[in-house]
Amino acid sequence: MSKDNQILEELTSKEYEHGWSVNYEADEAPTGLNEDIIRWISAKKEEPEWLLEWRLKAFRTWQSMTEPQWANVHYPKIDLQSLKYYSAPKQSKKPKNLNEVDPELIAIYERLGISLNEQKRLQGIAIDAVLDSVSVATTFKDTLGKLGIVFCSFSEAVKEHPELIKKYLGSVVPMTDNYYAALNSAVFSDGSFCYIPKGVRCPMELSTYFRINAANTGQFERTLIVAEDESYVSYLEGCTAPQRDENQLHAAVVEIYAGAHAQVKYSTVQNWFPGDKEGKGGIYNFVTKRGICAGDHSKISWTQVETGSAVTWKYPSCILKGDYSVGEFYSVAVTNNYQQADTGTKMIHIGKNTKSRIVSKGISAGKSQNSYRGQVQVMKRADNARNFSQCDSLLMGDRCGAHTFPYIDINNPTAKVEHEATTSKIGEDQIFYCNQRGIATEDAVALIVNGYAKEVLNQLPMEFAVEAQKLLALTLEGSVG
Amino acid sequence: MSTLTQQDTFQALFAASPENFHSIRNSGKESFLNQGIPAVKAEEYKFTNISKKLDNALTNFSTALPFEVTPSQVKSALFEGFEGDVLVFANGAFLPELSSTIEGVEISKLSDKPETSLGSIAKASKDPFAALNQASFVDGIFISVPKKSQIERPILLLSFNKENLGQVIQPRVWIEVGDFAEVTFIDQSISLSDSAYFVNKVVEVKGGVNSQISYYRLQNEGKNTIEVSNIETDILKDAKFTSVNISLSGDMVRNNLSLNLLGSNSEGNMFGVYLLNGKTHVDNHTNVDHTIPHADSNELYKGILADQSRGVFNGKIFVRQDAQKTNAFQQNNNILLSEDAIVNTKPQLEIWADDVKCSHGCTVGQLDEEALFYLRARGLDKLSAKGLLLYAFAGEVLEKIEEESFHNHVVNLIQERLGSKF
Repeated sequence: MSKDNQILEELTSKEYEHGWSVNYEADEAPTGLNEDIIRWISAKKEEPEWLLEWRLKAFRTWQSMTEPQWANVHYPKIDLQSLKYYSAPKQSKKPKNLNEVDPELIAIYERLGISLNEQKRLQGIAIDAVLDSVSVATTFKDTLGKLGIVFCSFSEAVKEHPELIKKYLGSVVPMTDNYYAALNSAVFSDGSFCYIPKGVRCPMELSTYFRINAANTGQFERTLIVAEDESYVSYLEGCTAPQRDENQLHAAVVEIYAGAHAQVKYSTVQNWFPGDKEGKGGIYNFVTKRGICAGDHSKISWTQVETGSAVTWKYPSCILKGDYSVGEFYSVAVTNNYQQADTGTKMIHIGKNTKSRIVSKGISAGKSQNSYRGQVQVMKRADNARNFSQCDSLLMGDRCGAHTFPYIDINNPTAKVEHEATTSKIGEDQIFYCNQRGIATEDAVALIVNGYAKEVLNQLPMEFAVEAQKLLALTLEGSVG
Repeated sequence: MSTLTQQDTFQALFAASPENFHSIRNSGKESFLNQGIPAVKAEEYKFTNISKKLDNALTNFSTALPFEVTPSQVKSALFEGFEGDVLVFANGAFLPELSSTIEGVEISKLSDKPETSLGSIAKASKDPFAALNQASFVDGIFISVPKKSQIERPILLLSFNKENLGQVIQPRVWIEVGDFAEVTFIDQSISLSDSAYFVNKVVEVKGGVNSQISYYRLQNEGKNTIEVSNIETDILKDAKFTSVNISLSGDMVRNNLSLNLLGSNSEGNMFGVYLLNGKTHVDNHTNVDHTIPHADSNELYKGILADQSRGVFNGKIFVRQDAQKTNAFQQNNNILLSEDAIVNTKPQLEIWADDVKCSHGCTVGQLDEEALFYLRARGLDKLSAKGLLLYAFAGEVLEKIEEESFHNHVVNLIQERLGSKF
């Protein structure tokens, strides 16, 4: 076992790849949280009156709420008054196109391996790059515009498509939903907005890349995806943050609306700074993600690969309202060192003949805690609802934990719901089998983990799958229990 | 009407409790006052709103007094073919004059055994109702099976319950089983009235090294019975404990069953069937705590829910950091027969060790149409075909009952309920 320990040590001493930060001149809100700050943010973003009212209403609701305690995660209380709620790189004027974006900002994204330069891009992916509180650039806007697709930053959408924002903002995740959603509704700074008109199949992957750079700043972005009837879109989200000793808060809200026969595929590769090997620093990731299959035959699919953040608290959910609608959730959550993840999904079956599928693969190593928490609810009128859930946990090391909390609430006799879960470690026999065939232990572990996670990785778009696979190998290299 | 949120509601219970077990009662009372009756939002009682139920159903929240039971009542309560010893209770009070004396087994009232460390297994701090019982039980029974004795005849704990000047009945059972001993218990309660009463039962079982204990339980009380029970056992090295819990009736029933695996090579089994109709609400909360390496646990609960009944299942497998080489399996299957029936199930795993094999499965569904068609094609009418399939569904659990007469009794009850004999 000494060799294993040695390998484990190497692994845990591995530095976070995206831990650097850049100094740039930033426009920041004063520290603290009160109605004036919200007015300040709203004014800064030149928002219309109704949105400010909406924010203030959310803020007042939030004040009456208390922080949720039920999740299986432990962290010191966050002092929300000591955070800054807005930080944006200073730009003399709003860039009209990519050529006008500050080259320094583009360089930040180049360093992350994300090219904002349209000519250089081989794959057709349109990116909305969000740095701290604002969107710095959105690519391929014109190409998409020709099809009637709107893909832009949230602030821009507020100005240019207020009727859409008014109609859909808060329609899936109401401001009163939970503590962090209410907080987000009050102080959200930017995010992406995407609108696919009726009958349009979005020709390229849309993507948002989130980067937290500033210190002591909370990132509160809001993503809203509206897919009208018979449309299709695949959406990717990536995130990184610099390595800092303090914990940072990220409380985002993602809302998806899918009309009849529409399909939305939402993929996340989350690579926030997870804290160092002592458990110091890292991002607190408290995210509310929810989609509604509003029309018949619509489909929403969540895929997530979670490797980052110190504490994760995230349940991408589907409300299956339309008849024959489908909800899917595929997740790989890896925790190492002192990371804690409490993640899962909710599938709410309301329409008839609705189907959902949950595949959750947890991998815990080091001293981390990994929990799956999910709910499958079949309402009284949801005849012939069907659900299959599978949540497997893989344990590496004897100081980590894997927990499963599935809630299954069935109110209709025609429902068919299956749930299964297993917990195990990588078998010595499996490793031995690989060793025998000349595969080194470390490679064998990578092989087994990749095989274990394959069902989920297969759901990712190709470019992301490669990144995710690399990320998995990096996070777990050599951690043989 | 009483309101359970007001603590003086319970003063009658505390005031009526005897002087014995003074410090144990005090700590129970303190623990109860700390925890209070679970509110609607309490996670552990999320789907079982017991406080509202008690509030609405009980008008007299004081201790129900024991009453006279006749030998003929005892005789008629025994099921066909039963050959064993009977211990009789009236509203939780042990009635030695109607009970058998069992050779080699020490049986006495708890009040005659003041040194018993009540609450050391079923801890008051874990559940407010265990605490309430600990604070205010009237009397109970002490059963001790000595070392190396094999008790071949099953021991039937036969309880008669009815409202009698009060509506709260708090039975308390303490069972000690010595090393290498073997014993089977059957726990059955009989309602003697249709009026509402509340049974708050605590059973503590202390199993010895290499002991083998079976605890079978039949819950088939009146339609207005509200029951909360806490059954908890410590299982030592090489020992085996098997629980089979059959719930057929009642108003609201909550069973907390906890197995603590404390020695290597120990085995804990929890099996259950809940076959419900009317408005019966049954909530099974089980908890198996793997504290040491090399222990096994198995769990299988099956539910059939008709009418407006509700089944709640919460199975928790807790594997501690030291409990390597644990094997833990858990399964919960449910069939819903009516549009108004509800199932809430939460099979829960909390694993803190890495070298373990744990799995759980859970399904909610209905009868296989093809199997039904197969039987219909062979001349069975719809009702019998359905009954046969449902019986087969429950049968997997019923097979775990090794005591033959009790097995037959339960099978009869279930077949009767399903509307056909096979």
